[in-house]
Amino acid sequence: MIDVLDLSVAFGDVSVLEDVSLSVEAGTFVGLVGPNGAGKTTLLRAISGALEPDTGLVAIDGTDVHALSSRESSRLVSVVPQDTSLSFSFAVRDVVEMGRTPYRSRFSPPTVEDRERVADALERTGVERFADRSIEDVSGGERQRVILARTIAQDTPVVLLDEPTASLDINHQVETLELVSELVADGKTVIAAIHDLDLAARYCDELVMVADRRVLERGPPESVLTSARLARAFDATAAVTTNPVTGSPVVTALSGNARGGSKPGGDDANVNENAPARVHVVGSGSTAAGVLARLEAADIDASIGPVAETDVAAETARQLGIDRLSVEPFASLEAETMAALQREISRSDVTVIADLRIGAGNQLVLEALADAEPLLVVESTPFDDRNAAGEGARDRYERLRSRGVRADPETVVERVLDVCDEYSDVDSTAPDQHRPIESDDD
Amino acid sequence: MERPGRILAWSLGLTVLLLAVAVTSAALGPVRIEPVTVALAMLNVIVVPSGVETGTWTVPLLEWAVPRPTFEYSQVFAFEVRGSHQTIVGDIRLPRIALAATVGFGLAAAGTVMQGFFRNPLADPSIIGVSSGAAVGAVAAIAFPALVPIGLQSAAFAGAILTAFLVYAIATEGGRTPVATLLLAGVAVQAFLGAAISYMLVHSGESLRQAVIWLMGHLSNSTWNDVGLSLPFVLAGVLVLGAFTREMNVLLLGEEDAHHLGVDVERTKLLLLALASIITAAGVAVAGVIGFVGLVVPHIMRLIVGPDHRILLPTSALAGASFLVATDTLARAGPAEVPVGIVTAAFGAPFFLFLLKRREVHAL
Repeated sequence: MIDVLDLSVAFGDVSVLEDVSLSVEAGTFVGLVGPNGAGKTTLLRAISGALEPDTGLVAIDGTDVHALSSRESSRLVSVVPQDTSLSFSFAVRDVVEMGRTPYRSRFSPPTVEDRERVADALERTGVERFADRSIEDVSGGERQRVILARTIAQDTPVVLLDEPTASLDINHQVETLELVSELVADGKTVIAAIHDLDLAARYCDELVMVADRRVLERGPPESVLTSARLARAFDATAAVTTNPVTGSPVVTALSGNARGGSKPGGDDANVNENAPARVHVVGSGSTAAGVLARLEAADIDASIGPVAETDVAAETARQLGIDRLSVEPFASLEAETMAALQREISRSDVTVIADLRIGAGNQLVLEALADAEPLLVVESTPFDDRNAAGEGARDRYERLRSRGVRADPETVVERVLDVCDEYSDVDSTAPDQHRPIESDDD
Repeated sequence: MERPGRILAWSLGLTVLLLAVAVTSAALGPVRIEPVTVALAMLNVIVVPSGVETGTWTVPLLEWAVPRPTFEYSQVFAFEVRGSHQTIVGDIRLPRIALAATVGFGLAAAGTVMQGFFRNPLADPSIIGVSSGAAVGAVAAIAFPALVPIGLQSAAFAGAILTAFLVYAIATEGGRTPVATLLLAGVAVQAFLGAAISYMLVHSGESLRQAVIWLMGHLSNSTWNDVGLSLPFVLAGVLVLGAFTREMNVLLLGEEDAHHLGVDVERTKLLLLALASIITAAGVAVAGVIGFVGLVVPHIMRLIVGPDHRILLPTSALAGASFLVATDTLARAGPAEVPVGIVTAAFGAPFFLFLLKRREVHAL
């Protein structure tokens, strides 16, 4: 349906797109994702025919769009622009009627079809309700729907949208994309630049990741949105999990640049050669979840536990496919679990304590950690708020804390790499002792 | 659809207003005439062609003889009106009123187009230098008649059209004419032409007063001949503009949006600019530089009927006609006649400031 071939665009001597090729099947919803300034809008403008490319070709249904007249191309492609602020007090209905301009002849009144299309567009978008109000007097979300209604009235096989959900609240974002999905279901081909990766993943059949003036990757959302690609495209550390409600990928950006400052687009050669093979995390809550996500984004193998299956850290681990030692909430640790914990700690190159909560049931974890080396301590809540096991537990925790390396949730990956550097010459295998397991219920 | 009805109702209403203003204007003056007599005298002026005779017309400068049909006219009505009153109304006041209406009609229509075209509330018909170009031609014809043998009106018209063409050519690059470049080129060319006008005024000697009066806009001593020169251009121009009102609306959304909605943006822009320039030139050539009609009248009508050019263009044009007839009546009502441009500016500018303070003209 849409074929982009070796497209290059430069503004002056600034190259914006270089040799971009892309083909889109009829009836698909393709999302353009990528960082600001990557060339998404430029690509859309070149496809729409508004921007003449320096080299390359854009064909829609086999016709070169740049060879078409405005009238011909406006019957093939409609565009929902990024900036839909209209500063003229046209009635909403008039704005929607403008969508029929490509079909109207100069002197005759609107045809039956013109009227039906406009009526249908007003109804489908729910714009009918305020069709007689001035476009200046409707809210941003309503205005966006008016422009969508105009596009529906224009009734073209190809619809291009530039950030249709930017500046909309969450409800209107979903509403807008649902409407666009309906158009796709009607057989229209849609390309939309979408800033919000989660929404893009949820609604688009395919994602095209544009970065660094070219198409970095394309395919189904699950295959495009991976930590490694996000790191390359956005120079950001991000964790990709699955939305439990929609089942589509969810991208969580974490603070700090990708891989402790490695360059975007850089290869795996940049990874520290002393990088740990495995890190075990002991802790719970969002702090532990954040540590796991960062480790995963930095491609460091991790495990967590013991952790209650209902804890957010356990959920994150499940989503990221990280090994976890799960236990029943508030239950006492069983011998089996303790043995498994010992095994994990001894297998790991680094052990991280992340906001560990101590209750009556899991005091033994502190003992197991006594031999863990090297040890990293990440805290975002004071220990007293996490301790339900009294003074004894406090003393043992303080001992761990004083010998461990302190790290912020944001810098945990760098600290992990640092301690690995230090220990790289030393045999850091933790002693493989088996301690007697006692139940300590009160 | 209620829109065609609304356009028709407004246009009819404003036409009635124009006729009422015209009758009132024709009744006022040193000799007061009863409105009923005025109306009858006006009807007596209406003629229809009743015969054709082919004569020849010689093209100025080139000395070519071209065949030219001469029409014979006959009156439609023959109401009993006292001879002197018929002369005052039909030959003195009515040509002036008709010319004021023509010029006001054209300037307001051109102003509407320019404001929409530039999406700028401060645009007026002379924004790309049409009036300055006309002024150069006119002042040259007044101050140095020997150098400009084609006559004042032709010189003004030619100056206006040449300037518009020059500004358009300067602003066009690679088939595109960015509106901002056009605006700036217009400002620069106007400044240059202003210098040329000042230079000619300094060296105009005896004819300085005549030149200054032309520059301020005037309708005195108007003849049916002036109306005959101006009206065809204005009427034809506005009629063609009327066929492009939908494009004007879509252009308000921005050029890229307009392109996506099927409007051939560059071609439409050229056409609108050319028509607005011809209409303005045809008005300015016979009446001098009359400001504020093309700026204020479209604003007022936009506040009343909204931004839709399908209704804005005809209503602005008709209101502009009434406005200029009314202000010209004031211009000649005083003990000493003043150029009508002074009256339009004296009334238009404060009114514009009033609108500005009420924050109603910040956007189109």
